[in-house]
Amino acid sequence: MAELLLKNITMKFGGLLAVDNLDLEVPSGKILSLIGPNGAGKTTVFNLITGVYKPTEGTITYNGKTLNGLHSNKVVSRGIARTFQNIRLFNSMTVLENVQVGLHCRTKSGAIRALLNTPFLVREEKEIEDKAMAVLEFLGLESFRNDYASNLDYGNQRRLEIARALATKPGTLLLDEPAAGMNPKETADLMDLILKIRDTGLDIFLVEHDMRLVMGISDMITVLDYGQKIAEGTPKEIQNNETVIEAYLGSGGKK
Amino acid sequence: MVQSDLKKFFTYSFFLGILILPLVGFATTTFDAPRAFTVWGVFVAILAFGLIIKVIRHSGGYKNLSDSLAPIHKQIKDKLTAVPAKYYILALLAFAVIYPMATNRYLVDVGITCLIYIVLGLGLNIVVGLAGLLDLGYIAFYAVGAYSYSLLNLNFGIPFWFCIPIGIAFGCIAGCIIGYPTLKMRGDYLAIVTMGFGEIIRLMLNNWDKLTAGPNGLYGMAKPALVYPSITDGGLTWVTFHLKSLEALYFLALAIAVLTVVGVRRLDRSRIGRAWVAIREDEVAAELSGVPTMWLKLLAYALGASFASVVGGFFAAKLSYTNPNFFIFMESCIVLCIVVLGGVGSTPGVIVAAVILSAVPEIFRELQNYRMLAFGAAMAAMMVLRPEGLIPATRRKRELHAAEQHQHEES
Ligand SMILES: Nc1ncnc2c1ncn2[C@@H]1O[C@H](COP(=O)(O)OP(=O)(O)OP(=O)(O)O)[C@@H](O)[C@H]1O
Ligand SMILES: [Mg+2]
Repeated sequence: MAELLLKNITMKFGGLLAVDNLDLEVPSGKILSLIGPNGAGKTTVFNLITGVYKPTEGTITYNGKTLNGLHSNKVVSRGIARTFQNIRLFNSMTVLENVQVGLHCRTKSGAIRALLNTPFLVREEKEIEDKAMAVLEFLGLESFRNDYASNLDYGNQRRLEIARALATKPGTLLLDEPAAGMNPKETADLMDLILKIRDTGLDIFLVEHDMRLVMGISDMITVLDYGQKIAEGTPKEIQNNETVIEAYLGSGGKK
Repeated sequence: MVQSDLKKFFTYSFFLGILILPLVGFATTTFDAPRAFTVWGVFVAILAFGLIIKVIRHSGGYKNLSDSLAPIHKQIKDKLTAVPAKYYILALLAFAVIYPMATNRYLVDVGITCLIYIVLGLGLNIVVGLAGLLDLGYIAFYAVGAYSYSLLNLNFGIPFWFCIPIGIAFGCIAGCIIGYPTLKMRGDYLAIVTMGFGEIIRLMLNNWDKLTAGPNGLYGMAKPALVYPSITDGGLTWVTFHLKSLEALYFLALAIAVLTVVGVRRLDRSRIGRAWVAIREDEVAAELSGVPTMWLKLLAYALGASFASVVGGFFAAKLSYTNPNFFIFMESCIVLCIVVLGGVGSTPGVIVAAVILSAVPEIFRELQNYRMLAFGAAMAAMMVLRPEGLIPATRRKRELHAAEQHQHEES
């Protein structure tokens, strides 16, 4: 069963058609990549899925239930987590705290419990710390736990974003250009990491310009140009697709 | 560089003169030249001081000076931080307990005011410091508390302790009423709306004669009372002890303040506190990390309002009197000053600032008319010299200095 399903999605910003009648399916346990030239509408697709924008038309369903009209935080608690193209960490919080924020939607003690410091809260806080540490260990960030997020180097900041997203215990992870600004070594590590995450049973929806990464790990690729799906297929099929090559060359060269 | 500073100095002095001389000089119909020029002189002197500091900084003298002072500074700091925080807290508590016994009535009264401001500052700190929402009408919630107690006690004879939870409920409701329509607003807009809300509450109290007795205010509320069992020859009886003496009221205020400190600290360290800070840092990222930002912002308003409401009820009970003029806009400003001066998000900072801001006006009573002016100047100076506040919260400090570094890199 397909987990995340987009049907006839259209998004208009005023007169600009950012996404045009898009059908898309993120298959279970697989890595789907969304590629396309700058301004093709990739980030917009992520924003539509996560409820940042409301689609002008179309429906988005997850595990059979519609996501349309939900607040972003509800989309996250339904099991869809994401990272951002421009890193958005909580800079004055520590690495550990950043990940702990991700656990917010999986825990429940409220203000009253906090004020009274009830045993339930104490237990839950301990649990939050343990789980956050486990996520940090999974990503190899545990030694930075008490550093401020802004002090991490670029590659680790991207990792921390993934850590925070994973802390929400998602079923599907959306990654928006996770390799942007990384050096080849970091990109290679990232590749292993994404595969490792997929192997824990998550579906991965990846937006990326780095073709080596995309071709190396994707099970399926969808190509977007001016908001329209122009091609779909396995990495091999996409590499030899005339329309795709044209779209990339036509918009200022291959990346 | 120095030249442009000099130019700035003269322009500012000039415009301050235009503002201050007539404002201060014409206390009556005649122009009081010595007074006007003295006040202006003080401000020019402050500006000059700033100029001198700037010049020294530029000439590198400041750097040498601060470099040579750095080891001493570090030594002092190490010594201070070597003592665990709990000893400071114990010392402070001991001082607070001995204080009313070692001083006179007047000072105990100042002490109570100070404790009230501590609670207000900490409550507002939840809204401003943790959740990052500006609130210029905070004193309205204090008014809600004061009037809840007054009306409930006068009309229905409900005792203080039962009025407190009811007052908290009213405070929460008021917090949600102001919070809900402003959820999508930020910065300036939020400031204006909250300021308007504060004024609406005050005007309502002023004009709803039937309920609130208008500007005359309400009086005659019972003092808080302690009820405890006692064994007399007739068996077990309940004794009511009204907290009438100033000392008793002081200890009640102290208890409220201590509970507030503990409560705010617990909130700060819980998942709720982390979510608030996350919202302050990046609301979109917080929402997309699964934090229900709308709900948490509302919660910040409601909880901040609750603390103000409790201490408002106490205030009305202490005086057995309340009137709308206790809740003017200036009071909101003072509380906000306490938060900013102390260090946004920092509990010890708020305590220190509350002490300073409630003690200083008492010391300089003659200067009362210039209180706002002095606050404004202090705030401006603070923003320039130490934006993170007297005792900065670690998080906040990082944030500001990161921004500074960024600027340096850009320029
Ligand atoms: N909030 C918005 N308001 C108006 N136009 C927008 C908005 N968000 C995106 N757009 C426009 O929609 C189009 C698609 O943008 P989008 O950010 O989705 O592209 P992208 O494929 O992610 O590009 P890149 O590879 O550069 O990240 C662009 O033309 C962009 O200017
Ligand atoms: Mg993009």
